[in-house]
Amino acid sequence: MLRYMLKRLASLVLSLAVASLIIFALIEVAPGDPASFMLGINAQPETLAALRAELGLDVPKVQRYLTWVGGMLTGDFGTSYTYRTPVAEMVADRIAVSLPLALYALILSILIAFPAGIFAASRRGRPGDLGVMGATQFGVALPNFWFAMMLVLVFAIQLRWFPAGGFAGWDKGLLAGLTSLTLPAIALALPQAAILTRVMRSALLDVLGEDFMRTARAKGLSARQTLWRHGLRNAMIPVLTIIGLQFSFLFAGTIIIEQVFYLPGLGRLIFQSISARDLIVVESVVMLVVFAVILINFLVDLAYAVVDPRLRSPK
Amino acid sequence: MTRTLIIGAALSTLLIGLALLSLVWTPYDHTSLNIPNKLQPPGAAHLLGTDHLGRDILSMVMVGARTSLGVALLALAIGLSLGVPLGLAAAMHKGNWLDETIMRGNDIVFAFPLLVMAILITAVFGPSATNAIVAFGIFNIPVFARVTRGGALPLWEREFILAARVAGKSHAHISIEHILPNVLNLLIVQGTIQFALGIQVEAALSFVGLGVQPPTPSLGRMLADAQTLVTLAPHIAIVPGVAIIGIVMGLNLLGDGLRDALDPRLQKART
Amino acid sequence: MSLLHIDNLSLWIGEADILKSVSLRVNPGEILAITGESGSGKSMTALAIMQLLPRAARTSGSIRLDGAELTTLPERDLCALRGNDIGMIFQEPMTALNPVHSIGRQVAETIRLHAPSADADTQMRDILTRVGLPPDRVPPNRYPHELSGGQRQRVVIAMAIALRPKLLIADEPTTALDVTTQAQILTLLKELVRDFGMGLILITHDLAVVADTADRIAIMRDGEIVETGRTHHMLQTRQHPYTRMLFKASTHQVKLPKPPPPTALLDVQHLQCSYRLPRPRPFARPGQFDAVKDVSFTLMHGERLGLVGESGCGKSTLTRALLGLEAPSRGQILLDGTPVTTQGKANLKIRRRMQVVFQDPFGSFNPRHRVARLITEPFHLLDSPPRGPIRRDVMADALTAVGLKPEDASRYIHEFSGGQRQRLAIARALIIKPDLIIFDEAVSALDVSVRAQILDLIADLCRTHGLTYLFISHDLGVVRSVTDRVLVMQAGEIVEQGQTDAVFTKPQHPYTKKLIAAVPKLPDLRMQPLDGDRI
Repeated sequence: MLRYMLKRLASLVLSLAVASLIIFALIEVAPGDPASFMLGINAQPETLAALRAELGLDVPKVQRYLTWVGGMLTGDFGTSYTYRTPVAEMVADRIAVSLPLALYALILSILIAFPAGIFAASRRGRPGDLGVMGATQFGVALPNFWFAMMLVLVFAIQLRWFPAGGFAGWDKGLLAGLTSLTLPAIALALPQAAILTRVMRSALLDVLGEDFMRTARAKGLSARQTLWRHGLRNAMIPVLTIIGLQFSFLFAGTIIIEQVFYLPGLGRLIFQSISARDLIVVESVVMLVVFAVILINFLVDLAYAVVDPRLRSPK
Repeated sequence: MTRTLIIGAALSTLLIGLALLSLVWTPYDHTSLNIPNKLQPPGAAHLLGTDHLGRDILSMVMVGARTSLGVALLALAIGLSLGVPLGLAAAMHKGNWLDETIMRGNDIVFAFPLLVMAILITAVFGPSATNAIVAFGIFNIPVFARVTRGGALPLWEREFILAARVAGKSHAHISIEHILPNVLNLLIVQGTIQFALGIQVEAALSFVGLGVQPPTPSLGRMLADAQTLVTLAPHIAIVPGVAIIGIVMGLNLLGDGLRDALDPRLQKART
Repeated sequence: MSLLHIDNLSLWIGEADILKSVSLRVNPGEILAITGESGSGKSMTALAIMQLLPRAARTSGSIRLDGAELTTLPERDLCALRGNDIGMIFQEPMTALNPVHSIGRQVAETIRLHAPSADADTQMRDILTRVGLPPDRVPPNRYPHELSGGQRQRVVIAMAIALRPKLLIADEPTTALDVTTQAQILTLLKELVRDFGMGLILITHDLAVVADTADRIAIMRDGEIVETGRTHHMLQTRQHPYTRMLFKASTHQVKLPKPPPPTALLDVQHLQCSYRLPRPRPFARPGQFDAVKDVSFTLMHGERLGLVGESGCGKSTLTRALLGLEAPSRGQILLDGTPVTTQGKANLKIRRRMQVVFQDPFGSFNPRHRVARLITEPFHLLDSPPRGPIRRDVMADALTAVGLKPEDASRYIHEFSGGQRQRLAIARALIIKPDLIIFDEAVSALDVSVRAQILDLIADLCRTHGLTYLFISHDLGVVRSVTDRVLVMQAGEIVEQGQTDAVFTKPQHPYTKKLIAAVPKLPDLRMQPLDGDRI
């Protein structure tokens, strides 16, 4: 087990290192100099040089990369070119919206998909299964931002059950915060729930065909008991993989959904920064998202080992 | 022959056919503005109504779908042309440095959510349809590399591959002659899925301004325009959305149907 | 009063008749063997008794256990019955256990399900000890992947007999196991039947196992019972022609022509093939596994050499090394004095003089190509492969030689039966007239009647084409029949070699002795007089 964890951990560090290099290199090749962009075309050369020094743009690239990575590791994400405030502070405010939204959506997706997938698998080929599968075909095809617009139209504008947009803020209480995130979370979750339902169903059906399921029936377990006691845990491996992928998709997906609901999350920050060419913010936010994705994949790998004893023992 | 396959094929053919028809004919010129006639609900003159500039929505959707399909198709081509050879090469020598490098590289690309990749590319090179294609194309590479490698690995253990090796054929030769045709089914199925996903990706990227740029119409661009007007005239948001759902569902059903239709032949060959 | 009564059981799946009016009975403490070739309906009969049939299956007739009708029993009652009154053991021990639960938990589950009690754990330990897995040697918290095939089969048996069922069904319980493990498992089953007074239905294709183990035999073909009777009696009378054919095919002997005077063809010298194992600790030296250790032997021109050994003994690695698919770590393989591999690369000039026939008649051809392309694949080894009419003639000759027709060249592989595919595999090996053919478990996947035909074909080819071959198999009976000399391999080493007859009649090495003793044998049928033992 320890060996497996160390191996995954090494792979996590390596992935992070390579990803940071790619991001840094891409931002480096971006045309235009942030300092001249900030000061306009009529800037004096001396002011420009002073600003470049202040922003740390006058040192060699290798040193800049190391400063950037070192800063990230200690929680210092640099200073925004446009706002002149620490990026870490800006990100912290925004992530308090985006991360809860992604998690909310992920939980919704799991809460919908597990029962639906188990239901469909246990009624394979019967009307219940066909109904669920038909619904998932529709769900998978549903663009989340379009669905978000439709939700606003019905539940915010017509029925007035939820706010049409904006974020109440966590200081107004948990319920107020969750209420403003509910429609966005549903919009994000439903298409993902459709995918997860299909994966859950097919993973269960694969397991149902395994020899050990027949052994379990021969012991005297009913079909339902067999599914719960022996099927579910074996079906979890592909399901965990997809849950891992969904988190990264949902986290990135908040960027778009925030546009529909006017939520002050990472998405808004990143679009503002792109148009202001505030590349240090773009760089840090992208690195943060990539870090979250890699971390989740690491956790999924650990979850595999919990589920499957074959991964725990040294080979 | 499954029902899924028939419905999927019919739906895809109809909608892709309409998109292609726009090359030669649309009900109205999709570029002609008619401001006094704006935001008309669906009716006899304009079957699906008009948008905020009085343009005919049906014509816009036909042309827009063509753009979206083009973006998805080009990204698919990038993914296939690089992903499949990489997957074949990785499977050829499972576990050696080449396989390790390719699979590690895949993991790294997978760590960048598609949207983040598009944002990064746009931040550097500016927004354009080309950059949307490149971003989704890069995303597709590891997808196809994995599918190809996953399909090829068990084949390398099969005795007919050993027989080909005993016949003195090189690994590359065997990959092309024996492995590729036998993973083709998987690639066709994954291809339709990625194609469908491409439609959604184009829509999402163009919606937030990272994809197709004005004045070129695309399904995502139409939705971006509709966002502020959806309360006034819901149909201008509903129509492109339904078009996306229709194409994506059609392609996904087609993929599922193909998987079922192509699988039994493999089964039969095996047992 | 018998324990199990099956009367006129018929079973259909869609249009296909799977079972036709099957009637059987089993007494307490009796072992009934159901035997027959693949597709005869043996396993379906077992599943019908368990009432675990595929959903599409429809049945008629009656199955009674202790007088209670099973076919009309509601599912709830069947669940109470399965595992409690009827236990079942399956063929594949590798997949019959849930990989994510410990073996103790899986055995205890049977007990807890039917007889909830506080000491289910104690009972579980007792049962595991009874089947030869005492907790101090094989702790119950082990997972299936940590056990060998034989140990896993013992766990499956423990689950099936935990509650001392009245009836035990074993569906090919030893087919996936090595011959020495098979002997142990069969002994265990016989003991359990004796101790518990269970009825046992033993389903197997292996007539020798049947003869060794069963009290009574039922022979099935195409969903019908062709003959039943007491084992002893049946072995002597064999009234039905199909029964006679099966027994004859099982002990089929071929007559090989005399080999030419010995001149060396293949010379294997101190061959060693090793694999790297993962490092035991980070930064430690990686371990090394020697699949083949210091193997030396010589194969003469025109000689038919056998190689026997159990799974994992290094047979497959040796085969791959001989074919030049894998470079040896040490030692060398010379064909007429030239090494098969030089600097890790196969020597093409040598490779064209060797061909191979594999085990799996279904996996050894690309399903997408026609026969013409499939069997001419070895032409790739030639500098100037034959073209046009010559190519057609060579192809026709090869197909005719293996008993097929030249017209078959335009067909696809799925149009052929298993036996025909194995003929095609031989045709593919013959087509470039190699000096040496390696038969790698080439008849192991075939039914006995088909196996007999292929063995005849090989003997014929020895006469017409003067074959030289290395025949690798775990089946000692077959090797005895088609080889002049034999090598016995154990754990990567050749422990004994000699003239086939000598090795089989007077084995020298303890391992060879153990191996030969473990093989179940059909009694010599011609010798026995008919006595009065009737049913």
